[in-house]
Amino acid sequence: MSGPAPRTLFDKIWDSHVVERLPDGTCILYIDRHLLHEVTSPQAFEGLRLAGRKLRRPDLTIAVADHNIPTVGLRTPADIKEEDSRIQVQTLEMNVKAFGVPYIPIMDVRQGIVHIIGPELGLSLPGTTIVCGDSHTSTHGAMGALAFGIGTSEVEHVMATQTLLQAPQKNMRIDVSGTLGLGCTAKDIVLAIIGKITTAGGNGHVIEYTGDTIRALDMAGRMTVSNMTIEGGARAGLIAPDQTTFDYIRGREYAPKADDYDKAVAHWKTLPTDPGAHFDTQVFMTTAEIAPMVTWGTTPGQVIPVTGVVPNPADEADEGKRSQLQRMLDYMALTPGQRMTDVKVDVIFIGSCTNGRIEDIRAAAQVAKGRKVAEGVQALVVPGSGQVKKQAEDEGLDRILLEAGFEWRDPCCSMCLGMNPDQLTPGQRCASTSNRNFEGRQGVGGRTHLVSPAMAAAAAVTGRFTDVRQLG
Amino acid sequence: MDKFTTLTGIAAPMPMQNIDTDKVIPARFLKTIKRTGLGVHLFDAMRYLNDGSENPDFVLNQEPYRKAEIIIAYENFGCGSSREHAPWALLDFGIRCVIAPDFADIFFNNSFKNGILPLRLPRAVCEKLIEDSKLGGNARVTVDLERQVVVRPNGEEIPFEVDPFRKHLLLNGLDDIGQTLQHGQAIDGYETGRKQSQPWLPTIAA
Ligand code: SF4
Repeated sequence: MSGPAPRTLFDKIWDSHVVERLPDGTCILYIDRHLLHEVTSPQAFEGLRLAGRKLRRPDLTIAVADHNIPTVGLRTPADIKEEDSRIQVQTLEMNVKAFGVPYIPIMDVRQGIVHIIGPELGLSLPGTTIVCGDSHTSTHGAMGALAFGIGTSEVEHVMATQTLLQAPQKNMRIDVSGTLGLGCTAKDIVLAIIGKITTAGGNGHVIEYTGDTIRALDMAGRMTVSNMTIEGGARAGLIAPDQTTFDYIRGREYAPKADDYDKAVAHWKTLPTDPGAHFDTQVFMTTAEIAPMVTWGTTPGQVIPVTGVVPNPADEADEGKRSQLQRMLDYMALTPGQRMTDVKVDVIFIGSCTNGRIEDIRAAAQVAKGRKVAEGVQALVVPGSGQVKKQAEDEGLDRILLEAGFEWRDPCCSMCLGMNPDQLTPGQRCASTSNRNFEGRQGVGGRTHLVSPAMAAAAAVTGRFTDVRQLG
Repeated sequence: MDKFTTLTGIAAPMPMQNIDTDKVIPARFLKTIKRTGLGVHLFDAMRYLNDGSENPDFVLNQEPYRKAEIIIAYENFGCGSSREHAPWALLDFGIRCVIAPDFADIFFNNSFKNGILPLRLPRAVCEKLIEDSKLGGNARVTVDLERQVVVRPNGEEIPFEVDPFRKHLLLNGLDDIGQTLQHGQAIDGYETGRKQSQPWLPTIAA
C-alpha cells in the first residue's frame, strides 16, 4: 500500500505555504494575512523607509489601533492624553496612508482588538497563514488558520516580502473529551490545559486541539482556547474547521461570497488532520478535570478549581522552587491553605482578546441580572470591538450591566495590559478575564487572577471569588 | 544594512558579567516609534548621574571611548528581554561589534539581524583585549570578518568562529529581508500559483 503519508492540519497548511526550502531546513513561508497595530509596527515602517523598500502586498495587510486606546470619551487620536500613546496611534495613521495599507479608524464601528476583529470581519480564514506583531495572534487558529505572533524585525520582513523565514515546528495534540459541567466554559478548559501541561509544555510545537468537548464549542469558545495557546508555550494553536466554522464565516465582510464561498468550503473540508497522522506529543484530558478555575500565582499555569485552597510552599521539596513560591504568595498576598472563596477582590475586568466577544458579555450579564456589584468593588466591562459593543447594546446587555453597577466602556485592550489609563493601583486585586497574570501586568503592584466571564461577574456581585454554580 | 567586512576601531572595556538589556537600554525608553535615536540612552543608568549630567567615571564618557565601535565585556551579555531595542541602541551609538565569552540567545540573534557582530571569544582572550583597550587611542583593534581573526594592537591574530550563513549576510550587508528578496522570483511564482489554485481567496480593499 502506498500513497501520500497522512498529514496533520498543521502539516497541510505549512506545506501549502512553503515558497522555498533553504539548505539548512529553514523555509520561506508565504503569509496570507498581515495584521498591524500601533505598538509593534512603527519601527518596521521606519525600517522600510530607511531601506527604500516598498510594502509588497498592502492588499493582504490591514491595520487597527487597539493597545493604547482609552475606553472613555474618545473622538479622535488627538484626544489621547498620554503623549507616547497618542504618538503611536498618530504614527500608525500616517504610515498606513503613506504605504496604502487598509485601515480601520478609531471611531469606526468595526474598530476593536485586532484578534477580535480578524475573525469578526471574515479576515481570518481556514487554511491561511496569519501573522501579527503580537503574541496572542494564536487566537485566529480557532478558524483552522496557522496564526502566530512575530517580532518587529519579522513584521518588517513580512511587509517587504510577504513571507517569513521559519523553521518547522513539531506537532502536538491536546484532546479533550466529555460534556462540560455546569458553570464551566472554554476559559476553564484552557486554564485547566495550561495547569496540566505547564507554561513550557508547548515549547517548539504547534498545538492542535481535538476531541468532542472542543468540537462542541462555538467559535467564541474555540477562540478563547486558541488565544491562550501562547500561555502554554506554543506560538500557534489550531482547531480543525467544520460546519460550525463555515457557518460562522458565511456573509462576513471580507469572507469569500457566493460561488467563491462554496469553492472555499470545498477546499476547507480537505484541511482536517488525516487519520493516522503523526503527532510528536499527545495529551489527553477529560472534562472531569475541569471545574470553574481561578489562577492563584503569577503565571497562568498556577491554577486551581475555585473550590480549592492556596498551595503550601512547604510541600515543595526543591529549595529554590519553595522560596520562589513563597515570594509569589507574598506578592499575591495569599496564605497557604486559604480557600479561594475567602479571597476578596477590588476590581473586575471583563474584556480582552481572550474574553471580549458577545458570548462573553452575555455570560457576564446573565450572572449580573437582578444583582448588584458588591460595595467597594469596581467592575469594568470592555467589549472587544465596536460591533460587539453595538450588538450588546441592541440586546440590552449594557442596561443589565449598568443597572447592576458595572461600568460599560468603549472597545480596546484596556486593563489587559494597562497601556491605556485603565490600570490597577499597587496592591489592588483583580478578577480578570484576560490571559496574563504576570507581576505588574495590569499596573505596578497589581494582583491578577484569571477567570471566565461568568466567574468574574460572580466575583463582582459577591466581592470575593465565588463558585458560579452556587449562585444559581 | 551596512556591510561588515573589516572593522578597525576603538574598543571600550566593560569588564562586567550579565550586562542585561535593561542596562543596555532601560525599559522606560521602549515606548518609542523609532529604532534610531536610542543611542543617547545607551547604558543610561550607568552613563548619566541623577541630575542628568554625564557620569565621568563611565567608560563611554571618556576619551577616546566616546567614539568606540567595539565593546568588550564578560559572560552573558544581553540577557533579559526579547525586544530589539538593545541592538538598536548599540547600533545608534555606533557599536558594530561586541566581544564577550558568551551571549544571551535572543540578543545574539537580534544582533546579527541588525548588523552587529556578536563575537564569542574565551574569557582569557577577553581579558587580554580589555588590557589592550585600556592603552587608549593608539590601541585600535581590528575585527576581520573575512579572515575570521581579531588583530590585537601588537599584531597578534586571534581566530574566531562564526556561522557561515550569518557571515555571508554581514559581509554583503544583507539583512534577512535582503536575503529573502533574492528569492523574489520564487515569491512571484508562488503568488501566481496561488491565484490559480485558490482564486476565491479575497484580498483586502483599501
Ligand atoms: S487584549 Fe491583551 S492580550 Fe489581547 S492583544 Fe490586547 S493587550 Fe494583547
